[in-house]
Amino acid sequence: MEQLLLLIFLPLLGAVITAFSGKSAKMVSTATAIVVLGLTIFMALNFIPNASTQFEVNLPWINDLGIHFHAGIDGISLLVVLLTNLLIPIIILSSYKHDYKNPGAFYALILFMQVGLLLVFTAMDAFLFYIGWEAALIPIYFICAFWGGKDRIRINMKFFVYTIAGSLFMLMGIIYLYLQNPAHNFEIQSFYALSLDRVQQGWLFWAFFVAFAIKMPIFPFHTWQPDTYTAAPTQGTMLLSGIMLKMGIYGVIRWLLPIVPVGVQDWSGLVMAISIIGIVYASIIAFTQKDAKRLVAYSSIAHVGLISAGIFASFNIGIAGQQGMQGAMMQMLSHGINVVGLFFILDIIFSRLKTNKIEDLGGIAKSAPQLSIVFLIIVLGTIALPGTNGFIGEFLLLMGVYNYGIWAAAIAGLTIIFGAVYMLRMYQNVMLGKTNELTVGFKDIEGTEKLVLYIICALVIILGIYPKVILHLTEASVQHLLEQVNQKLTVK
Amino acid sequence: MNIIITISITAFIVLYSGLFKANKALLPLTVVGLLTALGFTIAAWNGNAVDFGMMQTDNFALAFSALCIVGTLMIFLLTQNYFHTKSENVAEYFTLILFSLAGMIMMVSYTNMAMLFVGLEVMSVSLYILAGIRKRNFASNEASLKYFLMGAFSTGFLLFGITLIYGATGSFDLLTIKEYLVKDYKSISPIFYPGVILMMVGMCFKVGAAPFHFWVPDVYEGSPSLITAFMSTIVKTAGFAAFLRLFAGTFAPIHDFWVIPLMVIICLTLFIGNVTALFQKNFVRLLAYSSISHAGYMLFSLVVLSKSSDNSVLVYATAYTFATLIAFAVLILVKQRTGNVNIESFNGLGKRNPLVATALTIAMLSLAGIPLTAGFIGKYLMFLNVMGDYQILLVGFAVLNALVGFYYYFKVIVATWFKDGSDLELSTPFQYKLVLLICVTITVVLGVYPTIILNLI
Repeated sequence: MEQLLLLIFLPLLGAVITAFSGKSAKMVSTATAIVVLGLTIFMALNFIPNASTQFEVNLPWINDLGIHFHAGIDGISLLVVLLTNLLIPIIILSSYKHDYKNPGAFYALILFMQVGLLLVFTAMDAFLFYIGWEAALIPIYFICAFWGGKDRIRINMKFFVYTIAGSLFMLMGIIYLYLQNPAHNFEIQSFYALSLDRVQQGWLFWAFFVAFAIKMPIFPFHTWQPDTYTAAPTQGTMLLSGIMLKMGIYGVIRWLLPIVPVGVQDWSGLVMAISIIGIVYASIIAFTQKDAKRLVAYSSIAHVGLISAGIFASFNIGIAGQQGMQGAMMQMLSHGINVVGLFFILDIIFSRLKTNKIEDLGGIAKSAPQLSIVFLIIVLGTIALPGTNGFIGEFLLLMGVYNYGIWAAAIAGLTIIFGAVYMLRMYQNVMLGKTNELTVGFKDIEGTEKLVLYIICALVIILGIYPKVILHLTEASVQHLLEQVNQKLTVK
Repeated sequence: MNIIITISITAFIVLYSGLFKANKALLPLTVVGLLTALGFTIAAWNGNAVDFGMMQTDNFALAFSALCIVGTLMIFLLTQNYFHTKSENVAEYFTLILFSLAGMIMMVSYTNMAMLFVGLEVMSVSLYILAGIRKRNFASNEASLKYFLMGAFSTGFLLFGITLIYGATGSFDLLTIKEYLVKDYKSISPIFYPGVILMMVGMCFKVGAAPFHFWVPDVYEGSPSLITAFMSTIVKTAGFAAFLRLFAGTFAPIHDFWVIPLMVIICLTLFIGNVTALFQKNFVRLLAYSSISHAGYMLFSLVVLSKSSDNSVLVYATAYTFATLIAFAVLILVKQRTGNVNIESFNGLGKRNPLVATALTIAMLSLAGIPLTAGFIGKYLMFLNVMGDYQILLVGFAVLNALVGFYYYFKVIVATWFKDGSDLELSTPFQYKLVLLICVTITVVLGVYPTIILNLI
């Protein structure tokens, strides 16, 4: 119990110290993030891989309103907590070459965001979940709007209004569920136990789904995403795409499916359709992008579309959906790792050449062989080559979609082909071919860049060859979740 | 009773010290007086004393009195270097604010309509003068005159309403009126209903709810900023307490009758307040429209009458008061430096004055209703209250309005942090720092741990 409290509040403490540590903010925040990572790994090693909720904390908070500080970790939470606490130190390390103005505030905000994210991923109380949801948004808004690039104010306002719109409707849903709950609390288990009729489930589904869909983002709720990713500082982009996006997916799995299964059943056809449209649409647009950062942003929409399609498909095929759901788990982790790697490489290129335009680049491999190798490994992971981490996830997800419908799988499967085409084409145009005036003196990766990219590559390969290390952690929880949902559906 | 006497005596002492040119002694005297009044408020807790059948110091009255007194204390702390630059007659202004406060204490604790009227007038008349203290300033005079005319007009409505209700029931006493309503629903005199509506109109004028809000922006803009701060926070809180006492207490039995016009007023207030605020370039006008929209949220508590209605208004009013006080404190500082109250004059504030800018940001986040600030808890309670009656559409409408609110509050945050502007370093006097610190602490503590205030009344 104490471990989880420590895990959540250590970053907060670190953030406060970082905020006032001026020039040494980098070191303080790195140290905090690494200690938190160590604690997370320690907890993961002590985690018993069954469906139970472990490290549970349940403290009274606002008793009069039935609000408790109730958090815990099961397999599903553990995965995203691991992802968060693994990526935060990587993201902080990746900023070592940058000299941001007001470093204290910058690194403190990253750690503040970590607190919000951890609350979201461990909350077992809907109110706490909502607090974490918003608490993660404010820091990232400030990170993107303060340290971002051109036109950052307008773009981030759009991002902010979009996400807050979603979350306000979710808040309405949460209040409604609370009022329905005879126990008058926000406990997730009592929300699971509610019996809601079809009409209620229908609108509650939308109240929650819109919030999650905007965060992920799935087509057609994605319009804030490419601009925001492009205008944000690299670390902001990494936080958004690597971790924040998983808040939406996690929300769907943890809150949407078990609470309003009938609503999900009614609307999953539509969600499948928009997810699959999103995959194709984002892939085509990614194909036409001239800016590598935007290309990765669109590819991210395609990947998320597949995850979402996989989740809703698996939901529809009952207990057998376990594979697809496991695929979603795996893919959340892999996508987080890969996309952070990609954005980091693009940042390295940008910091040296001041451009991310694909046509301006070329032949970097000649002068930077190490970069070309790590870049290739990460690209291969992203396009799901067997033996890399991306493969396991996408394979399981597509299997889930296939069990739902062959045609759906056929179209969704295009993502792999499209992905390979635009990613490899990008790789080819950036790294291979003739060197030009700009890229001729490209300096290879060094120092922390090397460290970060080697870690990411190692993860890509290890998770690709031995995914069981992750899958066995989540297996029991995923199965339990599906059983719970299906039981509820059959009762109906 | 002690509270009113203390405040009034303090007012007279302050007035006389002004006569002897003891300008340095004014603030300490006032602070001591107010703290004594606050002490009496706390001491009377749970006492439920009835004074001459005119006032009752129940916990509701005491909680709102305490809020008003603490708020006024903040205003007095902000007078450092303020009135002295505006005029010679500092003592008079101190006195007027204190008299106004005495009126408010009556307004939050009346049990008799006559007392409501007296309290309202004591408060308002002082404010008419205060709005016009910059004698040679055209805007200040306009504000004063406008406020006076509108105030007199709304008092007319209120009085007419009281008269009709007196005609129907034969009494000014709230308890007697309530008994009259409870006794037999069918035999309520037909002139009672227009009386209720007229009183509602009068009260809506006072709290600045649409469509009776037209005076608000002009008066707020024309009055000296500190008086505007006083009017938009403490005066408003007292107005709401009076509104609540009357409608949630006395008129509760005919709730079904007045809830429909109330909902229309709420929707109009939210919509007009938020949408108009969106287009404001002037920070004072933005706060004026924001105060209109917050009036809309506070009226939510009357849609569904439950035992927690009173408390949710208290929470909301506290959150709103302290956040707005921060906003005005920063505004006064910026205005003293730049002479300008447009949102642009906040540009680049964060670079030079990070602490002041942080306080302003927290205030804006609280007004917008971001979690972990008091403003969120206030909004949450209001939504919860109305959702309990399954008015999902009304909540949906309020949520859309809250969304608009985010946009304009964030405009201020954007100007503060992300825009480059004048690199002016504000000179922040000690008392301003103190006020900012107190208000920020209250805002954050109530946001993180609201339990301390949730079951107060």
